[in-house]
Amino acid sequence: MRFAYEFDWSVLWRHPYGIWILKGLLVTIEVGLLAWIIALILGIFIGTLRITTWRWMRFLGTAYVELFRNIPFIVQLFFWFYAGPMLFGEKLAHQINRIPDLNFYVAIIGLGLYTASRVAEHVRAGFASISRDQYQAVLSTGMTQVQMYRYVIIPYALRIIIPPLTTEFLTIFKNSSVAMTIGLAELTFQSYRIDAVTFHGLEATTGAMFIYLFLGLSVVKFMGLIEKKYKIKGMVGR
Amino acid sequence: MFDAVFRNFSFLMGGLLITFKLAACALAGGIPLGILVGLGRISKNKWIYYPVTYYVNFIRNIPLILVIFWFYFVMPIITGSSIDPFPSAVVSFIVFEATYFGEIFRAGYQSISKDLVNAAFATGLTYSQTVRYITVPIAFRRMMPSLITQSIVTLQDTSLAFVIGLPELVRRASIVDNLEVRSIQLFGFVAITFFIICYTGSKISRYYEEKVRKANIL
Repeated sequence: MRFAYEFDWSVLWRHPYGIWILKGLLVTIEVGLLAWIIALILGIFIGTLRITTWRWMRFLGTAYVELFRNIPFIVQLFFWFYAGPMLFGEKLAHQINRIPDLNFYVAIIGLGLYTASRVAEHVRAGFASISRDQYQAVLSTGMTQVQMYRYVIIPYALRIIIPPLTTEFLTIFKNSSVAMTIGLAELTFQSYRIDAVTFHGLEATTGAMFIYLFLGLSVVKFMGLIEKKYKIKGMVGR
Repeated sequence: MFDAVFRNFSFLMGGLLITFKLAACALAGGIPLGILVGLGRISKNKWIYYPVTYYVNFIRNIPLILVIFWFYFVMPIITGSSIDPFPSAVVSFIVFEATYFGEIFRAGYQSISKDLVNAAFATGLTYSQTVRYITVPIAFRRMMPSLITQSIVTLQDTSLAFVIGLPELVRRASIVDNLEVRSIQLFGFVAITFFIICYTGSKISRYYEEKVRKANIL
């Protein structure tokens, strides 16, 4: 067996590659955080739709979740990036395609819409874990349906589902790597770019792996703090 | 409406075939390795437990695309020659999906209560009979929904082999799109194709879930 490969780990910090990696990490964090905001808001809304008493609203919520979960994320991203502008008609499409950093915005929106469907499922599961008695108790105090969700059920369900939401928050950073396929210069893209210039892709991707690992550990730590802060009194902790 | 799809139909279907092939190879390797990983995760031997646990936690924290790239870079170094993207993709999917299957098998095993095993022994069954007739069938029935769901996820994941140039369905659609510029219908077609396959799969998974629920009530 021939083993003629010479390792050169300096591609991780040597000029200009070190800066490429840092810039990539910054884009990964930006896209992940902004998409997370969309995913949370939309996911909570759709998850709530799925348990309302109005049949058409339930159908809408279910249709959204099924549609976004059953199509690979890369296909969704391609659809939004290449076909998305065309949906607005020929004239507007040209203007949209001229927007600088279009792939950045498409990545955020696409990732947000996709993750929202996953968040919605957790929100629904959270609602399902709240007992009937609690709904009845809230309604008996004279609150309306909307007030019930706004002040009691949603805050309660959100605390219950913090652990699965942690997993989703981790997944959003991992999934942001798919945006390299529409040319977004995030962390994975940069490690691939280093390979294209230096042929030391192995070191670059290995380095990127550990950066993702570190990012993941930070998220777990951060969510652990949130979980502790918003723990429901009297519930058995993990 | 779908004119560009029809003109390149056989080309696109060839891509779908590669997608299926890749998913089949990933499952054929990922599930057996997943069983080993699951056993390692419940092992009492720390020389097995810790390495397997680190492997699972490491892989589950990094993006699949990066794993695909990593093996694409590392395979030529090991074999000493530049390689075809397909085997490299298969290896990365087996290594990646096995960690997810492993966690399913671990959960399935841990869902079997000690009482059940003791009850089986009490009726006079031997150890191997207990495993053969009691624990494995029950654990398998409980794991079935998750196994199907993870298989669907694996099929969806294969589209990421796009990044190393594997000519599967998504790659072929984008090749056609470069020539014909019919993004809406081409990526719409790919989306519908995946949706039909995966939605059917999720319905089957839900059917088994319902069966498990009923079995647990009895």
